[in-house]
Amino acid sequence: MSATAAPSGQIRKSQPRVGLFVTCLVDIIRPSVGFAAVKLLEGAGCKVVVPAQTCCGQPAYNSGDRLTAKRLARQAIEAFEDCDYVVTPSGSCGGMLIKHYPQLFAGEPDLAERAERFAAKSHELVSFLVEVMGVDKVEARYEGTVAYHDSCAGLRELGIKAQPRRLLAGVEGLTLVELSGAEICCGFGGLFATKYGELSNAIVVKKAEDIKSAQVDTVLAGDLGCLMNMAGKLSREGSPIKVRHVAEILAGMGDGPAIGEGKPEPAR
Amino acid sequence: MSAVSTSAHFKDNVHEALADARLQGAMAFSGNFVTRRAAAAARLPEFEALRDSCRAIKDHTLAHLDLYLEAYEAKVRASGGEVHYAEDAEEARAIIVDLCKAMGARSVTKGKSMIAEEIGLNHALEAAGIEPVETDLGEYIIQLRGETPSHILAPAIHLRAKDVEQEFRKAHRDLPPDRSLAEPAQLVGEARQVLRAKFLAADVGITGANFLIAETGTSIIVTNEGNGDLTQTLPQAHIVIASIEKIVPTLEDAAQLLRVLSRSATGQDASVYTTLSTGPRREGDPDGPRAYHVVILDNGRSNMLGGEFEHMLRCIRCGACMNHCPVYQAVGGHAYGWVYPGPMGAVLTPSLIGVAEGGQLPNASTFCGRCEEVCPVRIPLPGMMRHWREREFERRLSPAPVRYGLGFWAFFAGRPALYRLATDLAARALNLAARGKGRFAWAPFAGGWTRYRDLAAPEGATFQTRWRSRSGATR
Repeated sequence: MSATAAPSGQIRKSQPRVGLFVTCLVDIIRPSVGFAAVKLLEGAGCKVVVPAQTCCGQPAYNSGDRLTAKRLARQAIEAFEDCDYVVTPSGSCGGMLIKHYPQLFAGEPDLAERAERFAAKSHELVSFLVEVMGVDKVEARYEGTVAYHDSCAGLRELGIKAQPRRLLAGVEGLTLVELSGAEICCGFGGLFATKYGELSNAIVVKKAEDIKSAQVDTVLAGDLGCLMNMAGKLSREGSPIKVRHVAEILAGMGDGPAIGEGKPEPAR
Repeated sequence: MSAVSTSAHFKDNVHEALADARLQGAMAFSGNFVTRRAAAAARLPEFEALRDSCRAIKDHTLAHLDLYLEAYEAKVRASGGEVHYAEDAEEARAIIVDLCKAMGARSVTKGKSMIAEEIGLNHALEAAGIEPVETDLGEYIIQLRGETPSHILAPAIHLRAKDVEQEFRKAHRDLPPDRSLAEPAQLVGEARQVLRAKFLAADVGITGANFLIAETGTSIIVTNEGNGDLTQTLPQAHIVIASIEKIVPTLEDAAQLLRVLSRSATGQDASVYTTLSTGPRREGDPDGPRAYHVVILDNGRSNMLGGEFEHMLRCIRCGACMNHCPVYQAVGGHAYGWVYPGPMGAVLTPSLIGVAEGGQLPNASTFCGRCEEVCPVRIPLPGMMRHWREREFERRLSPAPVRYGLGFWAFFAGRPALYRLATDLAARALNLAARGKGRFAWAPFAGGWTRYRDLAAPEGATFQTRWRSRSGATR
């Protein structure tokens, strides 16, 4: 967690003030992803701050509760007012901040402009590291064969595809293989996973089959929701495949328990 | 009244579909569309530009739909045809049945038409003592089975070859029982043989239309079997049934749309048959129908104009959205419960039969966005599904547990300090409750999740709490 473990090959800039939008899932379920993000950001030369925050509002937005979504959007926009950048370890929440906040306030000139400015300074973590901070290699080690699942919102709303693979390629000991159907949804879909549990399950069953046939020992993605879905299915099926957020591996923090795993695994 | 719907029972339909081994087996082989479309798109450098252009063509047409409909109507009349407007399904059925009766028709061949499905035309014809014969192979198969299409392009995609063989043996009793039908080509051959007699005997041919050209009064159909040509040229009368948004201004516009249609649908550069028909047989023509009628259906579509669902009227029915949809791929088309399945159906169905009946469909999406990614006319399908959810929420049609749950959550989410304390307490408590296992096999209020999957337990204190103790500050 030290700020001195700087990725090599980075472009040193004046230290930008980065507000970490940690996401409610990471905040509550897996804080270690948040600390992995902090380590990566600090390593890339950012000053990381964590304004008091709750949720981006996506569950309300996707449930048709536009008013609540707008209220939470305003709250987030105000909380990160003094940040140069807003960075989030999630393509889905990132998509909400970047693509949907401006749409929420379309037709309300003052707010729309603020939302546009907020969106312009907001980034998903891995694409921020690569595209804004110029990171092209991280100093991390992870022994294992790994597949990366392209979470839908990150892929289709934010164009996140090459960036995580590029950084993963530089992780020592890691072999990256491509997952068949890596761009196909895992069936999470936020509240969809519980509202339409049976349907969501049918989709994640196929995803779990693809993961198992890829012969990997770890599967990664950039969104905790999708990861919890895949991890929950794999463990229910008795699969030993580990599921982790890509930030954990890039930050060299892949030695703790994987998602849904109990006691720490034996030292590698 | 349009075709009967079970969309309100979507969850039950899903349950049945997932338990149906035959359906699941058939769906497993439906993935070819995706690779073929991708290859076809990659082969055409201007494909993305064409999509933009096609969106613009449709948007322009919709903005001036009244003008183009009038222009089209005038051209059809000038070429000797007739145009009939039907406000709803009942009116459309009545017009077509009356036309058939007036011509003394006893047998009607039909090209593939989703509008005919939408208005429940076959039942109406049968009730009037007229035999409708579906001539598209897939439609013919499901007609024998008394089913509705499960895909707008491949209506029998839910069936396997051996199901078709079984159906043919049952239906074609006059053919030798010991004939071989093991090969798909033999099934196709038999259907051709049986249908040939029907084509020759038909009094009226009914087809849909992929496009209606305002400039010329032409209707266009695309098929891969040529059945549409025989349907519309052999009988004494040709009736086209199409909805209002099928209009495009010019042949040039239609040519652009055709280029994205076949590539998006089946990955073909062009369908095997693209057939234009303009009015009845003219003086000196060697063949063609003596009478030519076009029935233009509204059935709720004009209500979509100028509103947030207008984009949906750009749809050219290529089926790419369902071919790429994880939900459709899991359960097939029948689970959607009405005429149009997949993402386009999830948006269109509530528009046409009401949100009370069709409201489940736009909710049953992960918003993965793949449909929008491949839609040839760039319809923002997830965004419009979200619009439906907003309408349901406003009208308090969304389920009470969801509304109350959201309200409870929103109360905390709107109060950051309280939220931080409450989530920290909850996270710690859940971490203890997991007793070091890191996950739950069961959790209250999350049965839809834990019934099928484990649920990861929190690591303990929340990130925000840990961060505050790390930095020792308020931020």
